[in-house]
Amino acid sequence: MKSLDELRQLREKAQETIRLREQAGGIRIIVGMGTCGIAAGAREVMLAIVDELQKKNLDDVIVTQTGCAGLCEKEPLVEVLRPGEPKITYGYMTADKARAMITSHVVNGQIIGEYVVAKEDDVAE
Amino acid sequence: MRELALHILDIIQNSLRAGAKLIEVEIVEDTRLDTLMVLIRDDGSGMDEVLLERVIDPFTTTRTTRKVGLGIPLMKMAAESAAGDFTIDSRLGEGTVVKATFVHSHIDRMPLGNMADTISTVIAGNPTVDLVYRHRINDDVSGLDTRLLKAEVGEEALTVPSVIEWVKIYLKEGSSYLMEV
Ligand SMILES: Nc1ncnc2c1ncn2[C@@H]1O[C@H](COP(=O)(O)OP(=O)(O)OP(=O)(O)O)[C@@H](O)[C@H]1O
Ligand SMILES: [Mg+2]
Repeated sequence: MKSLDELRQLREKAQETIRLREQAGGIRIIVGMGTCGIAAGAREVMLAIVDELQKKNLDDVIVTQTGCAGLCEKEPLVEVLRPGEPKITYGYMTADKARAMITSHVVNGQIIGEYVVAKEDDVAE
Repeated sequence: MRELALHILDIIQNSLRAGAKLIEVEIVEDTRLDTLMVLIRDDGSGMDEVLLERVIDPFTTTRTTRKVGLGIPLMKMAAESAAGDFTIDSRLGEGTVVKATFVHSHIDRMPLGNMADTISTVIAGNPTVDLVYRHRINDDVSGLDTRLLKAEVGEEALTVPSVIEWVKIYLKEGSSYLMEV
């Protein structure tokens, strides 16, 4: 059973993470969560990302959601923004592909070209 | 979609897009009355009557420039194919209530599916929004009020993966100590 004590212990750690984020300007991951994304499995992809980040102790990565991005047939879509690098959009994602993406792209900075469906030309701030 | 929980996630996305600050999700299962009710209430921008009519039944109205979505019609179909009902009550500037009912034992009723995943997905991506989730099965109630969660860990902590993992398991266990019963 999860307990309130356990939650309160997480509080300290979370506050430290948030302080770190403010300094580092961390990586952002955005999951498409429109009807087409949800129908294609975006919820499982989102939770696999959160789970993998937690397992790898990557609490400083920020995961958010967006609506329909107009690439419905390629859903689930996941965008990765690394500071100073172009935005990468991965398509046809699954929980497993998302976990592989965390190891390769988020941890090691290696884009998985095979999963990429769009790449932004200009550099993210 | 194969789970009601996914339809619910989709309807909540509408509320989020409408700028809701507080979203209430209520599921009531009554096995004696053989009913399942799903209600999603938000305080977002709401809809006027013209839009509301088009949104509920996009195929009977003339679609012109504006793309009409599929989220609401799909949920309506899910309810109607289980001998249920689907209604939306909305007021511009005040908010929206989406309600779907189902015959619990109906052979074509979609399974409720994974509500713990649906609710933790919403919380993870939207830390500033408040969410009240209540699931009643006959006399048992479980759920979560993110205002109580935020009182414990702070709002920003809802973006931290280890906190979301905690929330997901809390929900899976069907707990109720982070809500007002
Ligand atoms: N809770 C709400 N508050 C305000 N407007 C809403 C709400 N729910 C739906 N709407 C309006 O109704 C429209 C149709 O909703 P619907 O979910 O059917 O499709 P959609 O969200 O536009 O697209 P999608 O197919 O991705 O769901 C929305 O675009 C929005 O304008
Ligand atoms: Mg929608």
